[in-house]
Amino acid sequence: MISFILNNEDISTDQPAGETVLDFVRYHKDLKGTKIGCREGDCGACTILVGELMGDKVRYRTMTSCLMPLANAAGKHIVTIEGINPADGSLTPVQQAMVDESSTQCGFCTVGFVMSLTGFCLSERGRPRPQTAKDVLLSGNHPTADKEAAISAIDGNICRCTGYKSIERAACRVSEQLAANGKQFVPEYFAYITERLGDLNDSAPKAETRPVGSVPFVGGGTDVYVQKPEHMAESYATPLLYDEQLRGIRENGEFIEIGASATVTDLLESDVMNAVFPDLYKHLKLVSSTPIRNMATLAGNFVNASPIGDMTVFFLALDAEIELCTSPHVCKGDTRTLALKDFYLGYKQLARSPEEIITKVRFKKPSGDFRFNFEKVCKRTYLDIATVNTAMSASVTTDASGTLALQSVHLAAGGVAPIPLYLKETSAFLRSKEITEETITAANEIMQSEIAPISDVRGTEQYKRLLLRQLFRTHFVELLAAELTEIAE
Amino acid sequence: MKNIDSHSHVRGESVYLDDVPVVRGTLYACVFDSPVAHGKLKSINTNEAEKSAGVVRVITAKDLVGENQIGGIVPDEPLLADGEVHFQGQSIAIVVAETEELARKAAKKITVEIDELEPVTDPRVAAANESFIVPPKKFVLGDTAAAFANCAHIFEGRTEQNGQEHLYIETQGAYALPTENGGIKIYSSTQGPTAVQRAVCRVTGMPMHKVEVDVQRLGGGFGGKEDQANAWAGICAVATQLTGKPVKYALHRMEDMRMTGKRHPYSSDYKIGLDKDLKIVAYEATFYQNAGAACDLSPPVLERTLFHCTNSYYIPNVTATAYCCRTNLPPNTAFRGFGGPQGMFVIESAIARAAERLNVTAAEIQKANLLVDGDEFPYGQKAESEAVTSWTQADEKYDFTKLYKESDEFNASSKYFKKGVAMMPVCFGISFTKTPMNQARSLVHVYTDGSVAVSTGAVEMGQGVNTKIAQVAAKMFGLDIGEVKVHTTNTLRIANTSPTAASAAADLNGKATQLACDAIRNRLFDVAKDLVEAASVDDLSLEQGFVFRNGEKTTLDWNSLVMEAHLQRVNLSEHSHYATPGIGFDWTTAKGHPFAYHVYGTAIVGVTVDCLRGRYKIDYVKCCHDFGTSMNTAVDLGQIEGGIVQGLGWMTMEEVVYDRDGKLRSNALSTYKVPDIHSVPKEIAVLPLETTRENLAIFNSKAVGEPPLMYGIGAYFAIRNAIKSFTDCSPEFDCPFTPEKVLMNLYR
Repeated sequence: MISFILNNEDISTDQPAGETVLDFVRYHKDLKGTKIGCREGDCGACTILVGELMGDKVRYRTMTSCLMPLANAAGKHIVTIEGINPADGSLTPVQQAMVDESSTQCGFCTVGFVMSLTGFCLSERGRPRPQTAKDVLLSGNHPTADKEAAISAIDGNICRCTGYKSIERAACRVSEQLAANGKQFVPEYFAYITERLGDLNDSAPKAETRPVGSVPFVGGGTDVYVQKPEHMAESYATPLLYDEQLRGIRENGEFIEIGASATVTDLLESDVMNAVFPDLYKHLKLVSSTPIRNMATLAGNFVNASPIGDMTVFFLALDAEIELCTSPHVCKGDTRTLALKDFYLGYKQLARSPEEIITKVRFKKPSGDFRFNFEKVCKRTYLDIATVNTAMSASVTTDASGTLALQSVHLAAGGVAPIPLYLKETSAFLRSKEITEETITAANEIMQSEIAPISDVRGTEQYKRLLLRQLFRTHFVELLAAELTEIAE
Repeated sequence: MKNIDSHSHVRGESVYLDDVPVVRGTLYACVFDSPVAHGKLKSINTNEAEKSAGVVRVITAKDLVGENQIGGIVPDEPLLADGEVHFQGQSIAIVVAETEELARKAAKKITVEIDELEPVTDPRVAAANESFIVPPKKFVLGDTAAAFANCAHIFEGRTEQNGQEHLYIETQGAYALPTENGGIKIYSSTQGPTAVQRAVCRVTGMPMHKVEVDVQRLGGGFGGKEDQANAWAGICAVATQLTGKPVKYALHRMEDMRMTGKRHPYSSDYKIGLDKDLKIVAYEATFYQNAGAACDLSPPVLERTLFHCTNSYYIPNVTATAYCCRTNLPPNTAFRGFGGPQGMFVIESAIARAAERLNVTAAEIQKANLLVDGDEFPYGQKAESEAVTSWTQADEKYDFTKLYKESDEFNASSKYFKKGVAMMPVCFGISFTKTPMNQARSLVHVYTDGSVAVSTGAVEMGQGVNTKIAQVAAKMFGLDIGEVKVHTTNTLRIANTSPTAASAAADLNGKATQLACDAIRNRLFDVAKDLVEAASVDDLSLEQGFVFRNGEKTTLDWNSLVMEAHLQRVNLSEHSHYATPGIGFDWTTAKGHPFAYHVYGTAIVGVTVDCLRGRYKIDYVKCCHDFGTSMNTAVDLGQIEGGIVQGLGWMTMEEVVYDRDGKLRSNALSTYKVPDIHSVPKEIAVLPLETTRENLAIFNSKAVGEPPLMYGIGAYFAIRNAIKSFTDCSPEFDCPFTPEKVLMNLYR
C-alpha cells in the first residue's frame, strides 16, 4: 500500500510500487493534463511537482513523472496541473503569463512548462534573496530570483512549436511578479498540505518492497526507467531516494561527506559544496535538466556506470571514495570503502556485489590554492548526454622564481573508454610540472595513449580524441586564466 | 488576438488523441516491425504472441479484407509487409490485446524469418542503380550550356543535407470505433483527415461514406502527420474490422522515430557561373533526393526543391534536375518547407563558395541578384518581388554594415571565440503545387441564439488556423470572437479535404469561411433591410453585434436579427467552396503559374563559435518578413519564431543518424537533439515588411507557416564564416553543422 496526497486528494493504492506516477495519474486517476512525450525524461511534457515535508514546511521540486516510481511518491504531495488549476476556471499568474505572451501553440508541451514555472515560484530560488556577501561572491554564477533563474527552471521542457522566445517572455513576466510579491501561485489547499503530510507520514504504513528481478533498488529512477521501463513497471524495488540515512551533505573532519542519495540539486543547493566550488552552478547546469537534477542521485550515477556519467567524472577528478554497505538499512560497521576510480572494472562492470549499495561519497576537503574545472561537450550544450566530458582538480603553486605548477592533480574523462576514466598516467605526469605549452602537449600525448574511444551516435573516435585534447587544454585556460595569459587570453 | 485554445492549453484541458475518453471494451494495438532494412520475408511466427496473456488477435497481411496498400501517389506501400521488407521499422504484424502493456509484451514474442538483402541508404547509389520512384523532373530556363561559355567565373561543388525528425511532442496515433451497420469512426492525429479516410477505406474495403474521421487537434505536425498518420489509422481500422471492437494505438516515442519518415536528406551537385559584376548568369543543379522505401509525398517534395532552387535570385539560365531515389530508409515525407529548404541550401552553398573564391562576402553576390518585379522564375511564373524591399528595409533597421563590422572587430581581439555573420533571403511560393489540391470548404451554422459554429477542412496543430478562421467569421458577422466556435475537423461535415499543409490552410479554409459567412450575411441583410428601413442592403453592415445603417448603429441587434430571419424561414447555414483562382502548372512543359503569391523576407544571422570546444551560440536572427497585412500578429510572430528555431535546429544540432544497415541510431530524444531553451538565439527580431501590394491571401494576411524556417539556413553559413576567421579553411557544405563538424574543421 502506498499513501500520498495527489493534488487535494488522499491516495492509498495497491498498484505496483514500480509503476510510474505518469501512468498512475493518467490511466488510474484519469488526470489527462499530464502528457506523455518521450517516457525518458527528455521532453518534460509529464512534469509534476513533488512536495516533501522538510521540518515545518513542504519543499516542492519538479520531476518527470515518466521516470518516477510510485514508491517515491509515498508520503509526498504529488501535484499535477489539475491540482494547480483555480477551481473557478480562471488562471494562475503563471498560466496567465503564458496566455498573455502567446507562449502556447499546439499546447502539448504547455502543461510541463506551467508546472516547471510553478515549481520555480514555490522554490527557494524563486524567492528574491537579500544580497549577501556570498551572493556577491557568486554573482554571475548562481542566479537569484531573476529572469535567468526563471528561464533555467524550464531547461527540462522541450517545445517544438514556439521557438521558446514567447515562453522566455512569460518566464520573465513570472519572475517580475515574484519580485512584486502578493501573488498567489497555487490554490488555497496548499496551505494545509504541511499538516496533512505530517499526519500521513505519522500514520501511513511503509511502502511494501519485494526485491525481485534484476533491479533490487531504485534511486531517482532517471536511468533505470529509461533502460528497463517494462521491467520496472512491475517491480517492487526498494526505493532509496528518500532514505534518511542516505541523505545529507556535510563536512566531516578533513572530508566532505555526501549521502549517496543526494541529488544533483542537493549538491547545487548545498552551502558546503558551493563554498568549495565557486563555479558549481556553471558546472552542474551542464548536467541534464532541472527535473532530472531533482531526481538523479549521486550513487545512481555511479552505479549506472555509464562511461559518460557527468557526476562520476566530476567526482573521479576529486579522487573521491565511496562507502559500500550490504544492507540498505542501518550500516553499523559492516561497510567498506573504495576509491571511486577502483569501482569500475569494465563496461558496466562494478566492484560491487548485487546486494551492496553505496551509502556515502566523500572527498578530501581541498586546501591551498584549489582549482577545479568541469567541461562537457555534446550536440546540444544543455540537456544532453556528453560526447566527451572531463574534470580536473589541482592546487596551484608558484615558487620563488615565479614558476607555476600544479600539485595533487586529478584528471578524469568520460566518453573515451568503456568506463568513466580516471586518467592516472596523465594526472601523475602533471604533478609538480611547470605549466607550459610543452607540458600541455606532452600531457596530451600521454592522455591520448590512456584512452580508447569508439565511434558511435555521439561522435567518431577521431572527434572524441580531438575533443578531449581541446577540453584538456580548456581546463588550463579556465583554471589558470589569471596566470597564463598567453594560453588563456 | 490570442490563440483561442490558449486558455484550455495552460489548464491542461485541451484534448489530444490519447485524451479521448476510452470506450469500455477498447482493445490496444501494437505493431511488430521489421528488424532489418531489406530482405525476403519468408515466414512470420505469431504462435507465441497469440498465446500471450490478453491477446485477442494477431493480424498479418493475409488477414486484410481490403487492399494491402496505403500509397497515395504511387501504390508502393503495403500496410503490412508481405513477402519483402524494405526498411527497418516497416510494419509486419499487428497484435491486438486487452491492454497496451499486454499488446507490447506479445509483439515481442513474434519472430520472423528474413533472407537479408543488401540495403541501400545512399541516394547516389540508388541513382546509379536507376532505382527511381518516379521519372526525373527538370526545370529549364534559358540555355545554361551557352551561358557558361561566357561566364567570368564558374564554380562547381557538391552539398550534403541530412534529414530532420519532426519530433511533434504528441506521437502518432489513432483510435477506431465500430459504428452501426459496419461503419467505423476514427479519431486520428492527422493533418489530412481525408487522406486517413481514403487509406482506411482502401485497407478495409469500405466505401468512404461509412468511415468518419474526426480530428480535434494535433500536438504538433510539421508535415509529419500529412501522409504518415494514415498507417496507424489503417492499423486500428483493420483491427476494429476484424475484432468488432474499438482499437487504439498511440505510438511510443521510439516506435514513432523508428517507423516514420522524416525530412528528405539530399545529395546535390551545383555549378554556378557569374559575370564580372557578380551577376549570376547560369546555374545548374542536380538533386538526389533520398526518398526512402516508398513514394509517400516524395515527388511533390522533389518538385518544390526545383521550384525553390534559385531562392530569391533571378538567374536567366537555369537547368535543374531532380531524382527521386528509392532507398531502404523509412519513407521520407513532408516537413515544413517541403523540399524548398533543400533547394535553397544548395544555391546558398554555391553562392558561399563563389564568394570565398572571389574574396567577396556572400552578401554582395546575394544582393546583386535579388529578384525584381517581372523576373521570370525557372518555372515560368513572373515575380511580384519584395526581395529587394525586404533586404533594404532590414538593412535600414538593423544596419548590416555595422553588424559585419562588430563581428570583424570582435574577431580581431578574441583568440578562442569567433563571430560569424550571414544573410539569408527567402522567397517561398504559396499554393499546393498540385493545382487540384487548392480547394477548401467551410460549413457555417448560425444558431437561433446567435452563436456561430464553423467547420472547415483545416486541422489545428498549434499554428492558430482555428483562431484565424474564428476571426474571419467574427469579422464577417461583426461579432466578438467568443461568439464563434470552430469545431473539430470531421469528414462527415467537410468532405474531400486537402491536408492542412503548404502553409495554405488559413488561406483556403479562411476564404471558404468568408464565402459562407458572406452568403448568410447577405440573406440576413435582406431581412434587416426592411427592419431598419434601409434604402438598400448596400447601406448595411454588421458591427459590434448590431446592424449598422450607413455606418450608424441601429437598434437591431444580431440576436434579434437572427431570430427574425429564422422565423421568416431564411437559411442560417451555408456550406461554401473556395478554389484559388488563376493558378495552374503544366508538367509537360514544366511551366506555369503554380503559386497564388510568394512570401519574401531577408534575415541576418549572427553566431559565436567557441573555438576551444567547438561549440557555438546563435547570437541573433533579425529579419524583415513579408506578412502582407497580418490578421493576427501574435499568432504570426509565433510562427516566425518557431519556424526560425526549427530551421536553426535542422542546420545545427539535429542529426538523423542511420547506420550502414539502415538502422536508425538517433532513435530517441536522448540521441536526437532539438533546440532547448538555452540553444535559441539571444535575440530574434522580426520587422514586418511595409508593402501595400494586394495579394490572394485571406484578408491580405500572407501565409506564414513555412517560409520563416528557411531563415535558419543562414546559421549554417554564419558558423562557416566564424570558423573561417579562426583558421584558413573551406568547410564542405554538409549540414547540419554539428559541434563535431565544427571542431573537425577548426583543427583539420
